[in-house]
Amino acid sequence: MKVMVCLKQVPHQDAKLDINSDGTWIQEDNIKFEINSYDTYALEEALRIKDADADTEVVVVSIGPDRVTQALRTALGMGADRAVHVNDAEAFGSDALCVAKVLAAVAKAESPDLIFTGLMTDDGNSSAVPPMLAELIDVPSATGVLHTEAANGSLKVERELEGGAIEVVELPKPCLASIQTGANQVRYASLKGIMQAKKKPIDVKTAADLGVSDVASKATIDKVYSPPKNATADILSGSTDEIVSGLMGKIKELGVL
Amino acid sequence: MADYTGVDFMRLDDTQFSEEERVVRDSVRDWVSKEFLPRLQEHVRKDGSFPMELVPQIAELGMFGANLEGYGCAGMNNVAYGLMMQELERGDSGLRSFASVQGSLCMYPIHTYGSEAQRERWLPGMAAGETIGCFGLTEPDFGSFVTGMATRAVRKGDGWVLNGTKRWITNGTLAQLAIIWAKDEEGQVRGFVVETDRPGFEARDIKGKFSLRASVTSELFLQDVEIPDENRLAGVEGLRGPLGCLTQARYGISWGAIGAAMGCYDEALEYSKERIVQGGPLASKQLTQQKLVFMLTEITKAQLLALQLGRLKDAGRYDHTMVSMAKRNNVDIALQIAREARDLLGANGIVDDYTAMRHMVNLETVRTYEGTHDVHMLILGEHITGMRAI
Ligand SMILES: Cc1cc2nc3c(=O)[nH]c(=O)nc-3n(C[C@H](O)[C@H](O)[C@H](O)COP(=O)(O)OP(=O)(O)OC[C@H]3O[C@@H](n4cnc5c(N)ncnc54)[C@H](O)[C@@H]3O)c2cc1C
Repeated sequence: MKVMVCLKQVPHQDAKLDINSDGTWIQEDNIKFEINSYDTYALEEALRIKDADADTEVVVVSIGPDRVTQALRTALGMGADRAVHVNDAEAFGSDALCVAKVLAAVAKAESPDLIFTGLMTDDGNSSAVPPMLAELIDVPSATGVLHTEAANGSLKVERELEGGAIEVVELPKPCLASIQTGANQVRYASLKGIMQAKKKPIDVKTAADLGVSDVASKATIDKVYSPPKNATADILSGSTDEIVSGLMGKIKELGVL
Repeated sequence: MADYTGVDFMRLDDTQFSEEERVVRDSVRDWVSKEFLPRLQEHVRKDGSFPMELVPQIAELGMFGANLEGYGCAGMNNVAYGLMMQELERGDSGLRSFASVQGSLCMYPIHTYGSEAQRERWLPGMAAGETIGCFGLTEPDFGSFVTGMATRAVRKGDGWVLNGTKRWITNGTLAQLAIIWAKDEEGQVRGFVVETDRPGFEARDIKGKFSLRASVTSELFLQDVEIPDENRLAGVEGLRGPLGCLTQARYGISWGAIGAAMGCYDEALEYSKERIVQGGPLASKQLTQQKLVFMLTEITKAQLLALQLGRLKDAGRYDHTMVSMAKRNNVDIALQIAREARDLLGANGIVDDYTAMRHMVNLETVRTYEGTHDVHMLILGEHITGMRAI
């Protein structure tokens, strides 16, 4: 079985972020990056299939600049078998549909039995790429998946619904699942694994190599800014009774109850 | 601290470290933040206990004997190994000590001075964390001046009988194996691998430590302990044996100390930006900035020193005097940084919700063990003048 895992390298969750000088994105120079947290669960889910069946091949795919190799090496160190790195200035940071088009081209070339992605990215937050990718290659998909069980011809998944309900869905293979955080306990790249990863291949490709054109973003980011801090908090003071009646007065005044 | 991404003023990340080295560091850092630090406080509050439940994970990650080749070891280069030590000590000096003792002080002598049969017998289990080792060199009456050691190994038939007391031995009561250094009848120092369940071997913990509380420190008593000659590390004789191990461990400490310093600096910087004193952040005051600049500058110098030492070690071009300089300097500045950080945190700095004071008291041990601060100065002094002052 072949499992393709799509992963994105995003600014580290703990990185101190500043907006760049023209106000269109964050300052990326000299900040730390990591694998998008959702994608680590997707990778772990794939590696568990490999743990159970050693014949499984796990291929990780990422679109991004040179720095992305660190994310791919980490994934290889965790146990993935090989990587495809789409290093293409236009495709990187493009809109969801263009990113999905590029990933679809990789999927067509690889023809995996399963594609696992994260539910969304920590930076872009759109959740749009996984279902678009599934549509472009015409395979069924499930989003927000907490549990997977690969059987012979199908994948059984448990999806998280609003209100804590779980939906169980069975998808015929090939298919795609976007994985929710907390789906599993993600392993760390072991030092031995990292040493072995040096020998594993990373295939570097451009969009043109994959036969896709027109991958530059159609949407442009006008502006990125931090909402201004406005000091609208009222601090109530006095005795407990005074504070309580003051608070009740405010609640009535605002009509929020 | 959750929001920790390291300290890299001189951009060593993109200019000096290989991708493999960065992946190693980040993987260990992540593990320390998520698995080790949340469990630490409980062990610090209990004097002398190490989170043993994490040993299988430490082994699984390959952190025991990580720069050794074969026998289940990761075989990393010395810079990657140093970065691992840096991240472990950002967690706690006790964690780094655990890895140093197992890898540099116990696995290294078996790997370097042992026979093939000894390597195959012990190293895989030690790399897997199933066999824990301890290193018995220091004695109650002989610390810096180990040449004076009183522990004796006397030949008996095909084997040896060991007698003596070793004190301040990390992991003594946890260990299944002890590397014991003793003098034979000719006064020659020899190394022995002693299984701790042999009759006559006893280990007791030293309690009441202010420092390295999340680490077990013990006293070993050897009374007529009989061991076969096949447990002797035949590849080395004389003080060269233990000193060779110490050079390895001191190398790791020179990186580890930077980790503790980086943790303290990061904590002090964040705290001083948030803490309001006299209408403004503590960080806006000149005296605070002077402290923070001192910390960052010393961390950066220490990083460059350790990195150059690591590259030389990988190229086989370093010697023990360079290790003395790096251990001495880096531990010293880490201790100064921890004290300054503790100071900036005010009263908060004395409780264990913050890390500075824990690092500070830990580093007092690190300053003393593996060659005291002053002993390393005397080693360097002799090296540059040719005159022995020890
Ligand atoms: C928590 C902890 C864990 C340890 N773990 C281990 C372990 O696992 N295995 C092991 O073998 N040992 C271990 N040690 C022991 C450690 O290595 C010794 O404590 C260290 O070598 C110093 O020896 P000492 O304590 O006898 O001090 P001393 O040698 O008595 O030194 C006391 C002071 O005298 C100074 N001094 C010594 N000689 C001279 C000189 N010639 N000229 C001027 N000044 C001098 C020293 O610098 C120091 O300031 C550990 C110690 C601690 C605290």
